[in-house]
Amino acid sequence: MRKQRQFALGILVVIFSVSLMARVFAPAPYARQFRQSPNAPPSRQFLLGTDELGRDRLSRILVGSQVSLLLAPAAALLSTLLAALVGGVAGTLGGWWERLAMGAADLFLSLPWLFLLLTVRAMLPLNVSPLLSVVITFALLGSLGWAAAARVVCAGARGLRTSDFILQARACGCRSLRLLTKHVLPSLKPALYAQFWISIPVFILAEANLGVLGLGVAEPLPSWGNLLRELENYRSLLADPWLLAPLVLMVLVVSCFQIIIPLEDFPS
Amino acid sequence: MMRRCFQLFLMVCLFLPNLPAQRGGELRFCLRAEPKTFNPVIVTDEPSEIIRYLTGGVLLRVNRQTQQVEPELAVSWKILQQGRKINFKLREGLSFSDGTPFSAEDVAYTIRTLMDPALHSPTADSFRSSAGPVKTTVSGTYRVAITFPAPVAGLERLFDQVAILSSRSPRREMAVLGPFFTAEYKPGAYVLLKRNAYYWKRDENGESLPYLDSIRLEIQQNREIEFLRLERGQIHLIDRLDPEFFDRLAAESPSSVHDAGPSLNSEQMWFNQVPTSPIPAYKKVWFESRNFRRAISESIHREDICRVVYHQHASPAVGPVSPANRFWFNAALKPHPFDPRGALRRLEEEGFRLQGGVLRDRGGHPVEFSLITNSGNKPRELMAAMIQQDLGQLGIRLNVVTLDFSSLIERISQTFDYEACLLGLVNVDLDPNSQMNVWLSSASNHQWNPNQKSPATNWEAEMDRLMRAQASVIDAGKRKAYFDQVQQIVWEEAPFIYLVNTNSLSAASPSLRNVSPIVMLPQTSWNAERLCFASQTARSQP
Amino acid sequence: MWIQRIARNLLVILITVLLGGLLGATLVRVAPGFGVDEQLLDARLSQDSIQALQHSRDAERNILLFYARYLAGVFHGNLGVSHTLGRPVAQLLAERLPVTFYSVSIGLLGGWLLGLALALPAAMYRFKAYDLSSTLLSGLFLCLPSAVLGIVFLFVGGPAPLAIALVVFPKVFRYARNLLLQTYGLPHVVTAQAKGLSGARVLLWHVLPPAAPQILALAGVSLSMAFGAAIPIEVIYSSPGIGQLAWLAALGRDLPLLVNLTVLVTVLTLMANTASDLANAACTSQPQ
Repeated sequence: MRKQRQFALGILVVIFSVSLMARVFAPAPYARQFRQSPNAPPSRQFLLGTDELGRDRLSRILVGSQVSLLLAPAAALLSTLLAALVGGVAGTLGGWWERLAMGAADLFLSLPWLFLLLTVRAMLPLNVSPLLSVVITFALLGSLGWAAAARVVCAGARGLRTSDFILQARACGCRSLRLLTKHVLPSLKPALYAQFWISIPVFILAEANLGVLGLGVAEPLPSWGNLLRELENYRSLLADPWLLAPLVLMVLVVSCFQIIIPLEDFPS
Repeated sequence: MMRRCFQLFLMVCLFLPNLPAQRGGELRFCLRAEPKTFNPVIVTDEPSEIIRYLTGGVLLRVNRQTQQVEPELAVSWKILQQGRKINFKLREGLSFSDGTPFSAEDVAYTIRTLMDPALHSPTADSFRSSAGPVKTTVSGTYRVAITFPAPVAGLERLFDQVAILSSRSPRREMAVLGPFFTAEYKPGAYVLLKRNAYYWKRDENGESLPYLDSIRLEIQQNREIEFLRLERGQIHLIDRLDPEFFDRLAAESPSSVHDAGPSLNSEQMWFNQVPTSPIPAYKKVWFESRNFRRAISESIHREDICRVVYHQHASPAVGPVSPANRFWFNAALKPHPFDPRGALRRLEEEGFRLQGGVLRDRGGHPVEFSLITNSGNKPRELMAAMIQQDLGQLGIRLNVVTLDFSSLIERISQTFDYEACLLGLVNVDLDPNSQMNVWLSSASNHQWNPNQKSPATNWEAEMDRLMRAQASVIDAGKRKAYFDQVQQIVWEEAPFIYLVNTNSLSAASPSLRNVSPIVMLPQTSWNAERLCFASQTARSQP
Repeated sequence: MWIQRIARNLLVILITVLLGGLLGATLVRVAPGFGVDEQLLDARLSQDSIQALQHSRDAERNILLFYARYLAGVFHGNLGVSHTLGRPVAQLLAERLPVTFYSVSIGLLGGWLLGLALALPAAMYRFKAYDLSSTLLSGLFLCLPSAVLGIVFLFVGGPAPLAIALVVFPKVFRYARNLLLQTYGLPHVVTAQAKGLSGARVLLWHVLPPAAPQILALAGVSLSMAFGAAIPIEVIYSSPGIGQLAWLAALGRDLPLLVNLTVLVTVLTLMANTASDLANAACTSQPQ
């Protein structure tokens, strides 16, 4: 397993470094429209072809990775931490705390959050800086996406309440907070890792959907989410397979994230 | 030998059009949204309008091809009192789709129902040039006169939108006089129209119309899926085809696609000139300056937009009326030229300076503003990105914000919290009188500065005068002269910056005959009563 | 004891549903674009008509009053009338619920079967190659936008429930794989395997019981995931279900419809999660 982990880690490091220096590596300015060659196939000048407005796809993928690779994992981390906190505390304390927290989680799963996002957009000025808009978008996604995982974590924590080692810890005088962080949460890592791993692509795609409402990245800034929307043109997928490049890259990154999970949590 | 037979067969096919039309078959095409109503007097949305067109019988029909008014249910009509009164002589011996006889009483009933003030129907409002009751007088079974409180410009054309209801039928608005009637409606899925056996029209050979047995209107929002279904033969027509699909289909099957030239629709952008809007004062100064607006217009490369976004299926627009509106278009006007240097000169006249790649105004503020448009419209989003790059050459920073339609409408009609907006205008009516509420400064659709107590500028005051003048005369030549001047003022002052006139693109299955797609809506089914299938073999139902 | 528990749960459900309906209605009311109609842009309308349009939603502006009236209506079986479709909400829901129920339940079942079928071998046998390929496969479906999946599926001719299943399965797979892997590493399982017990016995008696609470909780929340997936899929398939209704209602700010949909979704989510809670309680109260 070690070789696989190292390889995956290597890939991630390469991708992250390239994305940090995306504007250096990009062959052409990502916003420049080469209007004489829209929808061009790959060539020496445009390694992955151009999009509908004649912008170099490779440059856009590289610059888009800055937004998606840096902010989506941060938002995923936020939602995982919130899930761990709410679910862990609820499950450990039990009783009315648990009912309250899980009721809140259920509400979070059912409410139409679209309208909150629209309201946030309306409160931001129209000329908001793209960075602020994107950061706010991912922060919102992170703070709204914890509910499903919280339920799973809570169920797990509840199960642990009566387990041997917890009872032992309590008998030794361990306080609730310590109990939570040192004994309960580590056992719930599998669920938390799953949540983190799932959230990254979900948030990248959600950001693209929110672009429709005026949140997220604004033209001409690309993000992997809105590059993937090019795939909706299913016919071109067969004729122009280079359109799949952002998808391939995203699957690669997401898979690498999973492979580098330390083995100590899954003893064999 | 085989080749000879085939050539003979082809020659026979060429002469086929002279043979009598094949009857029967079911035509299928898609509605892009759920129809809101089947009651013709309260129709506001496009799907309901399509159903009304196919099922409703009207007194006068604007022939979509010739753009002239023709008699339908009325054999003759006369306009009196400078457009205040209209007399109709109706066709005799007709019946509704359930057999109820048609008479002048039905016309009177329809007008009374339509003009009910509580209804707020756009069709009714088109007739309301001023407040007051509308009187209908029935004089004989087949004669009716309608009197309006004030003259209505272009009166006869408005009757194209008035589908006659039956005053006596137990089926109420479902009893119709058109070629088809609504037989079935499965919400979310389809509307089935069936041949009206009581339809009065006959073709040149005396055969009763329509030729088709039924029309099935599938409800399908997604254009990719609609196109896929056309390719698979599951539907036969597409109106307002996307340019991209047009090119794809043209490559596979050139006889299926039709480009009828520029449509009546345009895409335009405008700046917020409402004095009480929450935007910064220095920006209001920019937007109120004619030179600023003209400079923006002259720095947008319309030809590139036509080529890249619309694949050459569009042309640069001149003004509110497109060249397709043959009578009303002011042919003396040409689109604003692409002239970035001239644009910069105009801006410099207003005190703007281009320094270090950034355009700054007199007060040193960098020129930066936002352009809102509605999401879900791909061509508009692409256009906005192209405008962003074009303005960037002038040192102007444009922020493109796509919003959902409701938020956008709230901003442009209630809160006025926007700087520039990019939207399209869909013109259903040829007569500019229907645009009265756009050009009058006191009206709500005067988008850049609606509901003014008194005209804010001299040119808006002049436009008010001209629009009122054209509404008060009957003579078409005089009306055109007035409206030509309005178009000239719009061209000069550029309150709306007109970008492109999109072409009317449509697709029709080669198995259909008598298809002649046109510019006005409905593009391919305007002559649905004459459409038929080329062969008698029933289309396979998927 | 059980009756008490169920009664308590029902009370919690009721309160949460009422609260959810009110919060949902408030979100809609506060969001921009409330009370505006596309028709405002129709140049044919007179000033009077425009005024009438702008005041047409006045009855809904006070959200508390609206909600109180709505609840009173519910007791009489009147769920309100939809603005966008012009028909009683009760009728719309009755027509569309079966469609969505069918596709969501099959989609959910399919997603779970697929997810578990891929996760179990990963946990039981731990082949490197298998692990890698299952990770890549589930990664692919997770990274594919639902719209793209839906369109490709429609092009290929696949049914909507299958598309929903493909959206749900990667999430189930990931959770299940991690949970099962962890459980397989527990001391008593290792002991059982060392003792030579068959794979099936180990799975059923030693692995599933400790993993059950979290897997059952996941089952509960996967209903919400499936509903979330159903919305874009139904829109693409033009399938007349609740998902498409929700999308139309959101675009048109149709408050009566949105309140009912929020209440419906809250009820279903709560029922699913409560059922999984009760199942958990039943499992853990049995002797190991």
